Amino acid sequence: MSKTLFDKVWDSHIVHQVPSGPDILFIDRHMVHEVTSPVAFLGLEKRGVSVLYPERTFATADHNTPTINQHLPVKDPLSAKQLKALEENSAKHRISYWGLGHEKNGIVHVVGPEYGITVPGATIVCGDSHTSTHGAFGAIAFGIGTSEVEMVLSTQCIMQIKPKKMRININGKLEKGVTPKDVALFIISKLTASGATGFFVEYAGNVITSMSMEGRMTVCNLSIEMGARGGMIAPDEKTFHYIKNREFTPKGKSWDKAMDYWQTLYSENDSVFDKEYHFEAIEIEPMITYGTNPGMGVAITKGIPKADSIQGGTITFQKSLNYMGYNEGEDMIGKPVDFIFLGSCTNGRIEDFRAFAKIIKGRKKASNVTAWLVPGSHKVLSSIKEEGILDILKESGFELREPGCSACLAMNDDKIPAGKYAVSTSNRNFEGRQGPGSRTLLASPMVAAAAAVTGRVTDPRILF
Amino acid sequence: MAYDKFNILKSKGIPLQIENVDTDQIIPARFLKATERVGFGDNLFRDWRYNQDNSPKKDFILNNSLYSGKILIGGRNFGSGSSREHAAWAIYDYGFRCVVSSFFADIFRNNCLNIGVLPVQVSEDFLSKIFKEIHNDYNSELEVNLKKQKISIIKLKESESFDIDPYKKDNMLNGYDDIDYLINIKEQIRNFADKTFL
Ligand code: SF4
Repeated sequence: MSKTLFDKVWDSHIVHQVPSGPDILFIDRHMVHEVTSPVAFLGLEKRGVSVLYPERTFATADHNTPTINQHLPVKDPLSAKQLKALEENSAKHRISYWGLGHEKNGIVHVVGPEYGITVPGATIVCGDSHTSTHGAFGAIAFGIGTSEVEMVLSTQCIMQIKPKKMRININGKLEKGVTPKDVALFIISKLTASGATGFFVEYAGNVITSMSMEGRMTVCNLSIEMGARGGMIAPDEKTFHYIKNREFTPKGKSWDKAMDYWQTLYSENDSVFDKEYHFEAIEIEPMITYGTNPGMGVAITKGIPKADSIQGGTITFQKSLNYMGYNEGEDMIGKPVDFIFLGSCTNGRIEDFRAFAKIIKGRKKASNVTAWLVPGSHKVLSSIKEEGILDILKESGFELREPGCSACLAMNDDKIPAGKYAVSTSNRNFEGRQGPGSRTLLASPMVAAAAAVTGRVTDPRILF
Repeated sequence: MAYDKFNILKSKGIPLQIENVDTDQIIPARFLKATERVGFGDNLFRDWRYNQDNSPKKDFILNNSLYSGKILIGGRNFGSGSSREHAAWAIYDYGFRCVVSSFFADIFRNNCLNIGVLPVQVSEDFLSKIFKEIHNDYNSELEVNLKKQKISIIKLKESESFDIDPYKKDNMLNGYDDIDYLINIKEQIRNFADKTFL
């Protein structure tokens, strides 16, 4: 059978196949952060082994870091200890470490592509489920648990059963105001939060090929929210152009050699997928979620569905609406909003800040709204300043914070208070995800911007 | 880290009849600040288990002393969300050795297998039977037989078989882990690495 993109990358990384067991895959690039790594490093110590290929691992601090006053010592003693552990472990094992304040510091899935750690055709893992982001470059990238982090550190390999293959095709032309985030939330709303469990997804179709690399990252990032192991997109000229001359990408002859390989990375015409979906761009509007999993999303103009239109699980549906303080059948437009969170590895890149700025420019932040705008990395932060976006934000009454995961998972002080509503550009609206009792509405940076200046859920298209 | 061998587990179960139980519920992010793998059981289902003033929530199943056991039974799509192995640690540390559901999220299932918690996926039908039986009689026991890949509701004499990767099964029966296996083939890995160019 002809190979898919996924097969090509997977098969070329098999070191060994365990008889009637998993494949042992070689891992090209490994990213670590402070939260899921300390126990893995302890494990190495207990076994008395060292890191096999330190040059293939990169460490950054992001999950547990403050987003104001990063130049001061970290206040929370537990966070400080965890950050210190990453710093010490990295030094001890000779791993590049981009800690707080380092010019390359930022969210692991934002800095990976920025510095060319992410390349097509590679296998990339990290102890974080949104590692799927890197699939935008045609890499096989997925999240792993701490035992697996230990595996990769000590042997540069991982054991995995080959997942099934799914292709999602989206064709047509997106309307103005419809962004990659909306495409992803739309797909998840169709497939549900578990609809792609057991699968690795390839995204295809001209909506995907005409997306920027950043847009593709947003789409691949959210693959995990429908249960997929990861998502990927065949590399093209846009991909090669994006990665060329970044710090860690191959140079000279190595680049040519890599290009020879990268240009073979696409699904053959007659390759077969275990499951395939087709969607049209015209079906997609700006999206927003109303419930407590990312599959509970609707077109912003549509409103909350009725319980009887939900397949199965009405108990879960009701529980979810109770938590949100919503009722079936209500409109989403006009719902009050208390917080805005622009950031995360889903939507914390420069294009997201540009989109946000475009809507708020010449308008004022609504007085009932607290806005946390958190760049995904120092590099994004610099671009925000250089491009004059910071001035636009300030004129409209917004402030900018320092890079990190922030309110995406609320491990630091950036917690949405209980009962409050936050329109967030992040990826999870689980109960308490953004702080105990917090209520999250997932949406695109444009929808977040529209809410930020009106103080309510608003269709950004009326503000163009 | 090698763990306890798993063969036959006969135990009562705790029914958590909720779908889409995500890892943020199993262990909220604010408890992930540890640098060692200790004490996670105390914060298992923290926000469902305790009020903000740390008093236990009476209506949550883990706070109902009638129910106990080493088997946690959850609704469909158990363990979705983050890759945090802390979720599996919390379940283990609380005292569970097996989680039963009709559907598991991938990473969570892997994480469980890697630390010695057996995920048992059963049909929707069988899951309802288990829930019903335990709600009828909290003393009713389940038997999970890994070797035979069979789970039974002992009193009803009803059982169903479940799937597990043969390699993982062997590991669990013997208490081995993947790293032991990988370290053994290091030469082969080195040879492979020498030929890579990315
Ligand atoms: S921004 Fe959120 S999803 Fe992304 S790496 Fe950080 S915590 Fe994980």
